[in-house]
Amino acid sequence: MSVTFDELLDVKGAKCPMPLVKSRKAVNNLGVGQVLKVVATDRGSVADFQGWAKTAKNIELVAQEEGADNGDTVYVHYLRRTK
Amino acid sequence: MALDEMVMTQMNGAAAPAYDVSALLARIEALEQRVGELEESPAQDIEDRLAMVIFSGDLDKAIASFIIATGAAAMGLDVSMFFTFWGLSVIKKKTKFADKTILEQGFAAMLPGGSKNLPLSQMSFFGAGSKIIRKLMKDHDVTSLEEMIGMAQEFGVRMVACEMSKELLGVHDDELIDGIEFGGVATFMGDASRAKASLFI
Repeated sequence: MSVTFDELLDVKGAKCPMPLVKSRKAVNNLGVGQVLKVVATDRGSVADFQGWAKTAKNIELVAQEEGADNGDTVYVHYLRRTK
Repeated sequence: MALDEMVMTQMNGAAAPAYDVSALLARIEALEQRVGELEESPAQDIEDRLAMVIFSGDLDKAIASFIIATGAAAMGLDVSMFFTFWGLSVIKKKTKFADKTILEQGFAAMLPGGSKNLPLSQMSFFGAGSKIIRKLMKDHDVTSLEEMIGMAQEFGVRMVACEMSKELLGVHDDELIDGIEFGGVATFMGDASRAKASLFI
């Protein structure tokens, strides 16, 4: 599955709460309607991003997927800024 | 009035029961007033806010506090942190002995001089425990406490130092990191009463 995105954020290796914190900053720089692709290795980020999307007023979690990168499992999140 | 007309139309229809228009209007007015009152009531003031009391001066609890605070701030919540008692050590930047009483100097000597000197709540081993935890955090790429404090400030987390504890322990304003507000229980309650979640750590 591939989702089109406008910006890419690599937070591989970052631990809680950094994937969230860095994504927030990146989302703030997005235009409304744009999509941010976040690539993380933190397994907790899967549930974290779902929780964030539930609470946030201007974020929509478009898709989440799992992949492999040099033998590491990566968790990919697509976030859309809605306003 | 549109409603008036609707009621009248119904009344003019065949077999429609007779409505008392003025009674209906009075009822609507009463309900509108009630809605207005409810909108004004404090329960409706709840914001996307997290209110935290940082009572502990332990490194592990401070780390947990700032992970929650920065995470919540990143999620878009307004976060208030109220530092009281031993928690004041978390936001200290240095220790001063000048202009203090003997007792205050004793506290100054016994208490950590800042976030870098906090002991662990368990397995402290006279400070060795903290060094081990910090090494583990570094090895596991967990952000350091000091970086998280900086991030919290960057995100606009409100940090309030308890004025009463400060006086009690003889902590001076200039011993604390910059950007700290000073207040008391009402400052905390002002935020906590509008918060969706409160934590005492």
